[in-house]
Amino acid sequence: MSERNLTCIGCPLGCMITVTMQGETIEKITGNTCKRGEAYARTEVTAPVRTVTSTVKVTGGSLPVVSVKTKADIPKEKIFACMEELNAVKVKAPVHIGDVILENVCETGIPVVATSNIEYKCSKG
Amino acid sequence: MEKELVIIGGGPAGLAAAVAAYDAGVRDILILERDERLGGILNQCIHNGFGLHTFKEELTGPEYASRFIKQVQERKIDYKLHTMVLDLSGEKVITAMNRKDGLFQIKAKAIILAMGCRERSRGALNIPGYRPAGIYSAGTAQRLVNMEGFMPGKEVVILGSGDIGLIMARRMTLEGAKVKVVAELMPYSGGLKRNIVQCLDDYDIPLKLSHTVVDIQGKDRVTGITLAKVDEKGKPIPGTEEYYSCDTLLLSVGLLPENELSKKANISLSPVTGGPVVDETLATSVKGVFACGNVLHVHDLVDFVSQEAAWAGKSAAAYLEAAGAAADNGTIQHHTESEPVLITPAQGVRYTVPVYLHPEEMKEQVTVRFRVSGVKKDCAIVAYQGETELLRKKRPVVAPGEMESVVLKKEMLSGNEDIRICIE
Repeated sequence: MSERNLTCIGCPLGCMITVTMQGETIEKITGNTCKRGEAYARTEVTAPVRTVTSTVKVTGGSLPVVSVKTKADIPKEKIFACMEELNAVKVKAPVHIGDVILENVCETGIPVVATSNIEYKCSKG
Repeated sequence: MEKELVIIGGGPAGLAAAVAAYDAGVRDILILERDERLGGILNQCIHNGFGLHTFKEELTGPEYASRFIKQVQERKIDYKLHTMVLDLSGEKVITAMNRKDGLFQIKAKAIILAMGCRERSRGALNIPGYRPAGIYSAGTAQRLVNMEGFMPGKEVVILGSGDIGLIMARRMTLEGAKVKVVAELMPYSGGLKRNIVQCLDDYDIPLKLSHTVVDIQGKDRVTGITLAKVDEKGKPIPGTEEYYSCDTLLLSVGLLPENELSKKANISLSPVTGGPVVDETLATSVKGVFACGNVLHVHDLVDFVSQEAAWAGKSAAAYLEAAGAAADNGTIQHHTESEPVLITPAQGVRYTVPVYLHPEEMKEQVTVRFRVSGVKKDCAIVAYQGETELLRKKRPVVAPGEMESVVLKKEMLSGNEDIRICIE
């Protein structure tokens, strides 16, 4: 029997969760205060995942970059590969919240979507 | 110009206050915002984790802001961007300026202060050394990277483990910088636990508690910094110095409510929070002026800012209604207020917001938010009035980095003795 202590990142409460493991199987999860916490602990000890948030370049917009996120969590080990793909992307203004920036990031089947609105650049101050 | 309600600041606090005031019946509202867009600092907080309490889903900062901006626009609430408020008088006259209107004044019947906060700077820390390029507050770096698309450096040391510092450690790493270390003067982090896990642990960035920067090297550009361990009093211990080469130093060393305007209006400020002293309606010491969000006290979660701001918006609406009724009757409005009851921070508690309440006029309940002075495990938050225990709430752990709250119900209270909030 082994124990793994985790801090839940599901929300800012940051519950301390203890996962009791019997070899590779989870025996018991304690310390979480919601279902999300249990789900987090389960994936964290087996196949950890993260939402990636970043920016991609925009041309002709009121700002040079637009913020984006992976629409769902992706495997933790693909974070840097995801960043590399995003760094190669350039979109044209206007961009709106929810617009798909990349259909399938790193073969995960998960799209990357815009999280802010970038309008055309106004020529007048 | 005359206005029923003017809200100074178009960030999360100002937006939520405007929506709540509108929904409570106020129509003549104006939001003044100095930036080129509404949403305030949320626009640069592109990480996720916002809105779990408010919208039951996990949003990024700009998405959270856009929900409230939409609510403001749906209600056709008026706002002015690029507008800097220069002065606020005790008579509720606002002096502001922008390129289009020039310098102008507004006489407001009620005002909500929602100016937010500012980062503590290097000047407040007295770090010795030259003044080279490459030293940024974490929030400035955040704006540069996330909005201006500009990386401030390649090799980074971060002083201070507040949330912005932790978030920026991850952000700079993702964008290809090497974050060598995060140093924290205190023996505990000022940031949320989840941010230590997902911003530092995930990327093997070391966090050095009880450490500070004692020297900055480099004349034109930062070339390195020296860290040292500190004793219990925060004094560097000789012989513990460690050198780190870097081109960038980010400071995440605390936030200060931005109350220059409040001072001009002679609003009483708390020496602990740096924000206005308010009652249970979030009314300041100047009648008709309310405060909410980070200008009142620095929050960790925007959801609580929105809740607090909505409360300020409702309170301002109630104030305007009472003032309007008094004016209709041709009577001068008399505040037949009962004696206020003080809420005092006792053992283990640094401050409370509000600072006092009126037990007779108060609504059914009031949320008292506060911060503890140190980390404590297996404890309880207890509220007393005189010798009577009002409530007791068990907590597995409390920490200064995470705001706590209790809800005081009207029926709990009796008499005029002080209410004490403490940690046992």
